[in-house]
Amino acid sequence: MTNRDAAAALTLPVGRRDHIRGPADAAVTLVEYGDYECPHCGRAYPIVKAIQQQMGPKLRFVFRNFPLRQSHPHAEQAAEAAEAAAAQGKFWEMHDRLFERQFALDGEYLIEYAGDLGLDVARFRKELSSGAYAPRVREDFRSGVTSGVNGTPTFFINGVRHDDSWELEPLLAALEEAIGP
Amino acid sequence: MPDTNPAAAAPLAAGTQAPDFTLHSAPDQTVSLRDYRGQPVILAFYPADWSPVCGDQMALYNEVRSEFERYGAQLLGISVDGVWCHRAFADQRKLHFPLLADFEPKGAVARRYGVYREGDGFSERALFVIDGDGVIRWSYVSPVAVNPGADGILRALEAVAGERAPA
Repeated sequence: MTNRDAAAALTLPVGRRDHIRGPADAAVTLVEYGDYECPHCGRAYPIVKAIQQQMGPKLRFVFRNFPLRQSHPHAEQAAEAAEAAAAQGKFWEMHDRLFERQFALDGEYLIEYAGDLGLDVARFRKELSSGAYAPRVREDFRSGVTSGVNGTPTFFINGVRHDDSWELEPLLAALEEAIGP
Repeated sequence: MPDTNPAAAAPLAAGTQAPDFTLHSAPDQTVSLRDYRGQPVILAFYPADWSPVCGDQMALYNEVRSEFERYGAQLLGISVDGVWCHRAFADQRKLHFPLLADFEPKGAVARRYGVYREGDGFSERALFVIDGDGVIRWSYVSPVAVNPGADGILRALEAVAGERAPA
């Protein structure tokens, strides 16, 4: 049982539970495990956007929560806020807002963003304070742990952990390579 | 960290009795492997404190601690850093598990486990899962620059726990 290079792979396949951008029959699937308060994820956010623009319908992008609660005091609640927005059909709008306003993730800001996005704020506030989506966030986190997530962000390309750089060019090249000629 | 020097000899393999050791976990405190007989132990050798990324290996294990605890497992981090360095690192990263100082003689425990990198002066990023009888059940060496994550540890703990379940 000693080995040096078992490639880490997704244990929870992409499915109906996921937040997905891009067609189901896209040529390649990119899964990100991320933390809204992690500065590296903040830096990866525009890179992923650029890649989505360049690849268009060839790419399916999935975001899962991996809040590092000990390092980032707002990460868990921000993750739950995105899930609460998802329950009202606005996951990606909240996801984008949180990364664009990464420096302002206190509870009151989250409520403000919910209002900005036209959500039912009373419901959002209630679900956030009751931790309604904490189990969902934990489920994402656990799936990340068992899949070999080793920090944030961690990317998987077609289910296999991407251990190389996630700067624009290398990440784009890895995705194109996964598609093949 | 650049991965330039040749790797260490070879990590002790599954089935080997884990060499006992006693190391400082704090200036006035020591930890021995035998203290944990009867429960699984995860030994996580890592090159050095203060690796400059967020969500580094020790921070990750800190977050995942509750998953390890479900198996009653004790996590021990080990590097060649001294106790004061470990203390500052653990305080700053809010780590809630012991960091052991393989400091004097430097890297002696890493050597016994076959994971010391002579040319570099620090250990491999190596993981060992040891069962309640003190036998190594799984070992893994990651490229020094790659954080191995926790998936392999959890699979090994699962396997150890599975055997102990009543028939």
